[in-house]
Amino acid sequence: MTDAAAPTVASGIDTPEHSLWSDVWYQFRHHRGAMAGVVIFALIVLLVIAGPWIWNTDPTYIDVKARNAWPSFAHPMGTDNIGRDIFAQVIQGGRVSLLVGFTAMLISLLVGTLVGVLAGYYRRLDGILMRVTDLFLALPLLPLLLVVIMLFRDTLRAAFGPETGIFLLIVFIIGITSWMNTARIVRGDVLGIKEREFVVAAKSVGTPSRRIILRHILPNVLSPIMVSATLGIANAIITESALSFLGLGFPSDFPTWGRLLFDGANFMTLTPARVIWPGLAISMTVLSINFIGDGLRDALDPRIRGR
Amino acid sequence: MKLRHLLTGAAIAALIATTGGAPAFAERGADGQVNLLYWQAVSIMTPYLSNGTKDLQAASLVIEPLARYNEKGDLEPFLVEDIPTVENGGVSKDLLTITWKLKEGLLWSDGTPVTADDAVFTWQYCTHPDGGCAQISNFSDVTNVEAVDPRTIRITFGVPKPFPYGPLVGGQAPLIQKAQFADCLGPKAPECTKANTYPIGTGPFRVVDFKANDVVTLEANPNYRDPSKPAFATAVIKGGGDPASAARSVLETGEYDFAWNTQVEPEILAQMAAAGKGQILSAFGTLLERLQVNQTDPDPALGAERSTVAHPHPFLTDERVVKALSLAIDREILVETGYGEAGRATCNFIPAPDLNVSPNNDWCLKQDMEGAKKLLDEAGWTEGSDGVREKDGRKLSILYQTSTNSVRQAAQALIKQWWNEIGVEVELRNIDGSVFFGSDPGSPDTLQKFFADVEMYANEFDGTDPEKYLGEWTCGEIPGPDTQWQGGNTSRWCNADFDAALAELAKTAGLDGRAKVIIKANDLIVNSPAVIPLVHRGRLSAAVNSLAGVKMNAWDSELWNAADWYRAK
Amino acid sequence: MLTYTLRRLLFAIPTLLVISFIIFALLDLSPGDPTANLPMTIPPEVREKIRESLGLGQPFHIRYLLWMQQFFINEPLNLLEKWTGWTIGDGNRLRVISWQTRSPVVDLIVQRLPQTLWVVGLAYLIGVLIAIPLGVISAYRQYSWIDQFATLFSMIGFSVPTFFTGLALIVIFSVKLQWLPTIYDTNLRVTDAHTFWLQIKQMIMPVSVLALYNAAQISRYMRAAMLDNLSQDYVRTARAKGMSERSVLLVHVLRNSLIPVVTVIALGVPTIFGGAIITEQIFRVNGLGQLLISGIQSADMPLVQTLTFIFAVLIVFFNLIADVLYGILDPRIRYD
Repeated sequence: MTDAAAPTVASGIDTPEHSLWSDVWYQFRHHRGAMAGVVIFALIVLLVIAGPWIWNTDPTYIDVKARNAWPSFAHPMGTDNIGRDIFAQVIQGGRVSLLVGFTAMLISLLVGTLVGVLAGYYRRLDGILMRVTDLFLALPLLPLLLVVIMLFRDTLRAAFGPETGIFLLIVFIIGITSWMNTARIVRGDVLGIKEREFVVAAKSVGTPSRRIILRHILPNVLSPIMVSATLGIANAIITESALSFLGLGFPSDFPTWGRLLFDGANFMTLTPARVIWPGLAISMTVLSINFIGDGLRDALDPRIRGR
Repeated sequence: MKLRHLLTGAAIAALIATTGGAPAFAERGADGQVNLLYWQAVSIMTPYLSNGTKDLQAASLVIEPLARYNEKGDLEPFLVEDIPTVENGGVSKDLLTITWKLKEGLLWSDGTPVTADDAVFTWQYCTHPDGGCAQISNFSDVTNVEAVDPRTIRITFGVPKPFPYGPLVGGQAPLIQKAQFADCLGPKAPECTKANTYPIGTGPFRVVDFKANDVVTLEANPNYRDPSKPAFATAVIKGGGDPASAARSVLETGEYDFAWNTQVEPEILAQMAAAGKGQILSAFGTLLERLQVNQTDPDPALGAERSTVAHPHPFLTDERVVKALSLAIDREILVETGYGEAGRATCNFIPAPDLNVSPNNDWCLKQDMEGAKKLLDEAGWTEGSDGVREKDGRKLSILYQTSTNSVRQAAQALIKQWWNEIGVEVELRNIDGSVFFGSDPGSPDTLQKFFADVEMYANEFDGTDPEKYLGEWTCGEIPGPDTQWQGGNTSRWCNADFDAALAELAKTAGLDGRAKVIIKANDLIVNSPAVIPLVHRGRLSAAVNSLAGVKMNAWDSELWNAADWYRAK
Repeated sequence: MLTYTLRRLLFAIPTLLVISFIIFALLDLSPGDPTANLPMTIPPEVREKIRESLGLGQPFHIRYLLWMQQFFINEPLNLLEKWTGWTIGDGNRLRVISWQTRSPVVDLIVQRLPQTLWVVGLAYLIGVLIAIPLGVISAYRQYSWIDQFATLFSMIGFSVPTFFTGLALIVIFSVKLQWLPTIYDTNLRVTDAHTFWLQIKQMIMPVSVLALYNAAQISRYMRAAMLDNLSQDYVRTARAKGMSERSVLLVHVLRNSLIPVVTVIALGVPTIFGGAIITEQIFRVNGLGQLLISGIQSADMPLVQTLTFIFAVLIVFFNLIADVLYGILDPRIRYD
């Protein structure tokens, strides 16, 4: 996508008929924060994907003699209390955490935006959709999780194997329990926007609802959605760790960032590296996503784009 | 080791106190307040309706049984003059009755006298047919409890009891006041909130303020039988948090005097203890961390018949395979990483008291990878291309489940690696404790259902006699759908020799005679493919240096001798 | 607006009934067992007996109706009696009794409410008070150093979980410096300057952990909403008309930006009541969050059902308030 878009931008900056997306891309590229975010995020993803080739220690391998080791050449981030290499675990954990964080965030964003826009735009749907949202907000998470695990774990395990099965379950659970805030916020914004002049004008000339929503409403509720996305990814990574802590997540020998941070918390004063690196990894990911979100938002805002 | 050290320390302190002429605890209430920290908060002050050990221990400050087990596991008279035995005539020759004599002049904390009627009432209270008394098994086989005179209690059993010290003995079955609980029988028991949270007792303290699941405030009982005790005027039991933070509040910041059950990774505890403000206490009872090995097939394809006796396990019924799994485990490492001072490697199922411990099993104490591999070769399991052993097209693959707990997950990881090394594939699973230890027939994840190949947990028995505990391993105790998955024989192991040994135990009297049979039964279990004993676990708590008189007890409540605690000057 | 509010209030009743039924069904289906925490020495037949004595032998609909009666009739009557001193009927009504503590759930909630409101509520208030100015300033001075600082602050605020920040604070301020207590004393009564100081000391750490987390989230929404509005035409118009920058910002932009933020804040208020499970646990505040988690862990159905239902009532109620506020903030929004 980047390769295809770049030349159009370069050649078409000053021509009046350039496409919307090339414009957005141009704006985005000139957003310093966004580019920094992209670079950091790309580095993290690269490290996590290519990591096992750079550092080929098995994250589950236990070297009992090297327990609670401080950082050294053999273990750049030290080891945990039964002698597993932290660096290898951070790499392995990142794959899972990023995947879980992203997928769950996307699910929650999709559901939340859909519900929010529909409820805000169509008065008929507002009551029922918002009551469903209230219901989901009120459900006690933990018993819900226990029930879902009880009902679906064995089926999913049989269909997709233990790891993919649990992955789908976790992503689904986190997604389905975190869309409500987005939905309420988006709905609140839509309620206001649909009374604005430009929407009323579009309506009066007979623009179909679908087009009004996509062309006029969605771009204008993008900022809260972007914030929700940033918060959502952090939330998903942390929630995943809470799930595995409760025995509802991945098997215990399956590291994730949140879990590493959680398990390491008590060892904070003994082997600080155990918590610093996973904590830093989560923060850097969230920070870079946030900057990318900022850039996207600015780039998509037609008023700023023109400046 | 630390325990002995502490005990001698306390003994010396006591010696100085008595010989020095100025005893540290000469006066009731002279030492101010003692602060106790229970990270599982206290929710009720009676063991009869409690839902955990923490309630039982908190209640032990207020209500007392006739006799308690001391730190060595011997019975010590509390409300009675002495322990009845056949020799002193307190227990009848036919082992059907036991007669207790209350101390003279005993008063409840409200000033009224304690009588044998209260004991009779306690029995009626717990055995009421419409009640849900948690400690009813302490009164099993009791046909009558009567007050011979205001100070004499006679308990009659329906069958001869070689060990008659169940009813009204130990922290599980304390005496409650008839006057206070008279309207709380059967279904009304849970509604008596006031009585359940502010019980009138004979113990060293009485409740002043009770905030459920948060904090209990107590003060010295003005009618306590020893006028110079307790040394503390008030006691506070605070709840909440987790084991590590509880240990920290005693060992590192010294805010609290005593923290219960500080079971965290040993290196963290050691680091906290290095601050020098307090020390770690441990004591060993009968708690055994073990791997139960499923003797039936948990394959989900079997549907309703999975993990039932209809389908024996395809490979875990082979002693050689299970022995190999056991040999591959380095128990010393498990102790070092998970339990520290509160763990000992063991190959026995009955790890205490010493008299009952089998001397025949120490083959598993040393890890032997080569021996394990050889056993698997002998059993016909050969290594496949991916390093996992196979036989007749079936992989040696194990699903290993346990409850969620950082120490257990570390043990899982270690054991998985050792088993991988001998060519066994392992999948780990951990389950929330409220589900795993629950017995909801709708849940697939309970330890009774055992829809896995091996599962790890710890179990123990009350008191020192394991007859009831061993009884869980008989063929009739196998859980299955027809019994709503109830029954203690989680491994679904059935052995005629064992059942015979247990029948023999029921007829054997005398500690030495019983010990012989117990050891025989223990050896039968340990040499079967049904269980892999791992670690003999102790209780672990922490106390600040200035708190003296604490005798860590694994056989009764840890606060059993709180009346003797005092502030070291 | 009034008819809308009334209609919504009426509609809330069936909604809440459905919610209470779904919560009850969910808890009933959930595999937890109230006898799971008993020592393993307690045999299974005794456990079964205990479960029966808790009423678990009854069919599902009977238990649900019983809870409804206890919660909607007996408990309100009981509260009425307590406040007015009247005796209605024989005064001997079955209340919602927690299985774990065998004491009335409503009494437990009343007991827990003060510390939760003090710690979690105060933290929320402080969070909002930090977040709104922070969001406004960082939007107004977008990409200035103060905006970058605010971004960093809020990223750390919500990407580092409270179990970590709480523990880090304890290690620094309680263990190393020995300034602050690690245990929240719920027995402390504020009577004089000294006890007030003690109360402040024990609240500092939990309140700051929670306030950081709350401020981090809300300030992001505030900033985004302000940015959206700052680029609108009406701002240009207002400036062109010569209005002072101050009134443009604080009257027009802030008012319009508050719509999404009001939703976020209103959504957060019921969670105050829900307590902060992890923070309460770390500092042993033992508020409603700790009550809920201990109830869930011991499968204490009446307690969890009652707490979550009250929670649901608050959610429905505060969402209604948010909707009414939209109408006030933006007169163009009409519901009728």
